[in-house]
Amino acid sequence: MSTADTSHSTAEVDRETDRPAIAEAAEVPPPEAARPVMTAAPAGSALGLRLFGSELGLVFRRRRNQALLTLLGAVPVMVGIALKLSTPRPDDGGPRLVSQVTGNGVFLTVGALFFVLPLILPLAISVVSGDSIAGEAGIGTLRYLLAVPAGRTRLLLVKYAVSVTFCVAAVTTLTATALVTGLLLFPVGPVTLLSGSTVSLGAGMVRLLLVAAYIAAGVATLAAIGLAVSTVTDSPIAAITTTAVLPVFSQVIDAVPQLRAVHPYLFTHWWYSYDDLLRAPIVTDHLTRGLLTFLAYTLVFGSLAWARFTSKDVTC
Amino acid sequence: MTTATEAGAPVVAPPPPADGHAIATHGLTKRFRGGQVAVADLDLAVPQGSVFGFLGPNGSGKTTTIRMLLGLISPTSGSHTLLGVPMPDGWATALPKVGSLIEGPAFHPHLSGEANLRRCDAADRTADPRTSRRRIGDALERVGLTAAAGKRYKAYSLGMKQRLGIAASLLRHRELLILDEPTNGLDPQGTREVRTLIREIAADGTTVFVSSHLLAEIEQVCTHVAVMRTGRLVAQGSLDDLRAGTGVRIRVDTPDTGAARGVLTGLGLTDVRGSDDEVSAELGGLPPERACAELVGVGVAVRGLAVVRPSLEDMFVELTGEGFDVDG
Repeated sequence: MSTADTSHSTAEVDRETDRPAIAEAAEVPPPEAARPVMTAAPAGSALGLRLFGSELGLVFRRRRNQALLTLLGAVPVMVGIALKLSTPRPDDGGPRLVSQVTGNGVFLTVGALFFVLPLILPLAISVVSGDSIAGEAGIGTLRYLLAVPAGRTRLLLVKYAVSVTFCVAAVTTLTATALVTGLLLFPVGPVTLLSGSTVSLGAGMVRLLLVAAYIAAGVATLAAIGLAVSTVTDSPIAAITTTAVLPVFSQVIDAVPQLRAVHPYLFTHWWYSYDDLLRAPIVTDHLTRGLLTFLAYTLVFGSLAWARFTSKDVTC
Repeated sequence: MTTATEAGAPVVAPPPPADGHAIATHGLTKRFRGGQVAVADLDLAVPQGSVFGFLGPNGSGKTTTIRMLLGLISPTSGSHTLLGVPMPDGWATALPKVGSLIEGPAFHPHLSGEANLRRCDAADRTADPRTSRRRIGDALERVGLTAAAGKRYKAYSLGMKQRLGIAASLLRHRELLILDEPTNGLDPQGTREVRTLIREIAADGTTVFVSSHLLAEIEQVCTHVAVMRTGRLVAQGSLDDLRAGTGVRIRVDTPDTGAARGVLTGLGLTDVRGSDDEVSAELGGLPPERACAELVGVGVAVRGLAVVRPSLEDMFVELTGEGFDVDG
């Protein structure tokens, strides 16, 4: 299976390079044409691994999504350069984050994540997850996927898995460029945590990776929400916009003190609990509640998506 | 909620011995949310091995029927089987053996034709990835797209898009092919090629269910037809049966229409109709030469005499009304 998949994706990459049609045509009749047509398909196909690979290629080769990842990767570079050029004084009253970053480049990761978390990162996730089903419906390929048959539940799971993978890729891209930029532009050394104690650079890096993982889990909630939204409309733009507005709306409510009673139920409320990972020892109450909230949202919206999609009339 | 069935175990038992029908529907009805009835009480019987023409004007419910057949939309009432397997419950068993073109082709515009087919094949969990490359090459060759395989779909002409849609339905050996308006957007040469392709596929034993609003385009390849009008089935059967059902008429060109009417009526012919210079009647079993002799015998000035067999086209137009009009 893995061999087949590798050659499969290699071929797809080739296809993207706009080679002349003649060259493509020449490679059509393969030598192994004598093989039997219907041998039992490998187990991986039944699990949807092949479809997952194909969908992954579709999402990550799409220019729009590549642009989003590039944008996310550019944020820490821009922030890093801006901080480097601004030559801040330690006592000018700016955010503590700024002096932390300039004092230790490792903190650029946290800084960059903090900047993209309210809007840019959720927007990127919304684009991919909102487009997942509605995009196929919009261009009509959904009816063919279902007639193949891809299976409605299987297709939904694959689409969700691809959106979550994109979340991880987005956070990873940002974290990686932030680490590299931070190491290049600023001094690096033992990490002083928010609680005041200092840990070794290695231990500090582990903390940073935990922060990135927690944030990825938080924004991955949007993958389930976007999937659910994506099953109720045939317009990808409507699905993406709706999904992108929800976390913004949630954060607005979170900022209104009079609505304090509902704050614990907002998924974005727990996104910022990652700073508990930067204390010694790690304070877990909020982190645990956050993760449970993300899980609850994922289950609720995943169920909604499943209920809707498996009973939906596909008329587009 | 009738399509919410895939959570259940796929039907593992071999399909029950089909009653000889690749498609059988019983009282299939679809009423859309607005209350509009798109398909009403449809009883289709598509014999295995037939080339079945599914005819009707635009808007007569053909595509809605095809979507129900493939489990894309759930019927308001009624049931159907595909290759002997009850749908929609048996989708996992039946659909891999069914190739389809539904309401025109649809592919990802920024992928090449070949990459699009690779995606279709990847979605089919019962397809063998090891033969994928060869099967895709074969399908492209079959529809004459080999040279354009690497071109992006958005650069395809309408006819090429249609061909790619057909190629996708041919990625595997199918027992049933459902083609919705396969000749749309094709030039006369392309239309001929599609007909040839349908003949070849049918010769392999595949049942072909092909819809069209243009009878003439598929009449030559069909063994059976069904005719839809405003969501209802108005005729169904083998082409020979339907032709036999249409009356052969005798047409007499003459200025003496009154006398001619008298003679034809006197011969016991029915449905005698006439205009200023011609009279026609249903011939029934009467030899036309007898009518001719009789007419000449009583002195009717016969300028011309013809035996007219209504074409299937005439029948089609008669059954469906205006033919090209969009029905409610």
